[in-house]
Amino acid sequence: MPALSKIFDRRYLLAALLVLCLSACATSSPSLYRQLGEQEGVARIVDSMLEIMLADVRIKNDFKGTDMKRLRRTLIEQFCVLSGGPCVYSGDSMKEVHGGLEITNARFNALVEDLQSAMDMHQVPSRSQNKLLAKLAPMQREIVTK
Amino acid sequence: MQSAMAQSAAIPDMGKLRATAGVTQVEGAGGGGLVPWAFITGYGTRDSYGANVHSTVVRTQDYSLSSYGAAIGIADRVEISLDKQTLSGYLAPLDHLRIDQDIVGVKLKIAGDAVYDQDSWMPQIAVGAMFKHNNGIRGLGAITSTQQLGAQHETGIDYYLAATKVLLDQSLLLNATLRMTKANQMGLLGFGGDLNDSYQIMPEVSAVYLLNRSWAMGMEYRMKPHNLSTDNEKDYADAFIAFFPNKFVSLTLAYVTLGDITVFNSKRQNGAYLSLQAGF
Repeated sequence: MPALSKIFDRRYLLAALLVLCLSACATSSPSLYRQLGEQEGVARIVDSMLEIMLADVRIKNDFKGTDMKRLRRTLIEQFCVLSGGPCVYSGDSMKEVHGGLEITNARFNALVEDLQSAMDMHQVPSRSQNKLLAKLAPMQREIVTK
Repeated sequence: MQSAMAQSAAIPDMGKLRATAGVTQVEGAGGGGLVPWAFITGYGTRDSYGANVHSTVVRTQDYSLSSYGAAIGIADRVEISLDKQTLSGYLAPLDHLRIDQDIVGVKLKIAGDAVYDQDSWMPQIAVGAMFKHNNGIRGLGAITSTQQLGAQHETGIDYYLAATKVLLDQSLLLNATLRMTKANQMGLLGFGGDLNDSYQIMPEVSAVYLLNRSWAMGMEYRMKPHNLSTDNEKDYADAFIAFFPNKFVSLTLAYVTLGDITVFNSKRQNGAYLSLQAGF
């Protein structure tokens, strides 16, 4: 396979790596908020996520006694703000909300997986999903305290 | 409460996100295909552990390289791996050639988190070592040891520093590894040689595009020393696609080039790489 082996010349490989990065980094796209389906899309994603989460044996007990209406509202606000939408987050800081709950990394990731499943359900492309996760990921430091 | 905690410590939590444990590289460490990464293998979070077994076959025009072994990741901090690598020839006159080596790997995550630190450029950083012992050459007549090809030692240690970063916003994973090594063809042709017998620092890089939770594709480039006059050792490279149907198994298929191996066969060795990992 001469064509393939040529790809592995060092200069071709470096060029290919660069193209791989550029194609992934530089493609301009509509704002994440639009990719998520704006207000309605974000609400649908949150509704599905809460449904999946409350059926998830790994974490459903963590939400006993949680005001689900308020959680739904603040999650929609939060995802809207993080994705660049015209919203205001009215909830408390991640530290205040999760302090003392001793949330483990595995439980944090379980919720991430439930969010991914919810976004899959609503046909959010993987690249857009990852963009939202990129905004949420640093919260791990404040949420995971155990 | 205490027994519940003991129980949760004993049962692996499989708490990492799918594919964020990487696969197993050709020397048994957690990584890509050719390059060790800063990831600690397995799906255990910092509160748990993970372990897996792997089997890898690379088949080029004249050689087949197999690698199999097991690895454990503890508390997403420490990784220990065992690997057996075997290079065989399957065309005459090398159809009886067989060289194998044992590799014990250790890795320690020292800083950062590749996945969560999305608000900074800080990668996950790990240091590692691979203790390698070459068990000699069989099927090549009077040549029974790599020393007869000019190697200075049949045992060697590679030391490496790996930095891995997931750029979620771009769905990319980037890795850069610096390896201090004396190994000839990873150690299959021994360590050190008539041309050079001191440690050299070799860069190794990987770039991966994360297609979705189940698929990733990427390329790697691994620079190598040239210590033997009997072997014009070349850099390795691969282009791969990896499939993660769930957290228990992963399958990696690659096109790999190993360059020519020894001056006795100047043909550039290219071929297929297939690796299966199973674990938790």
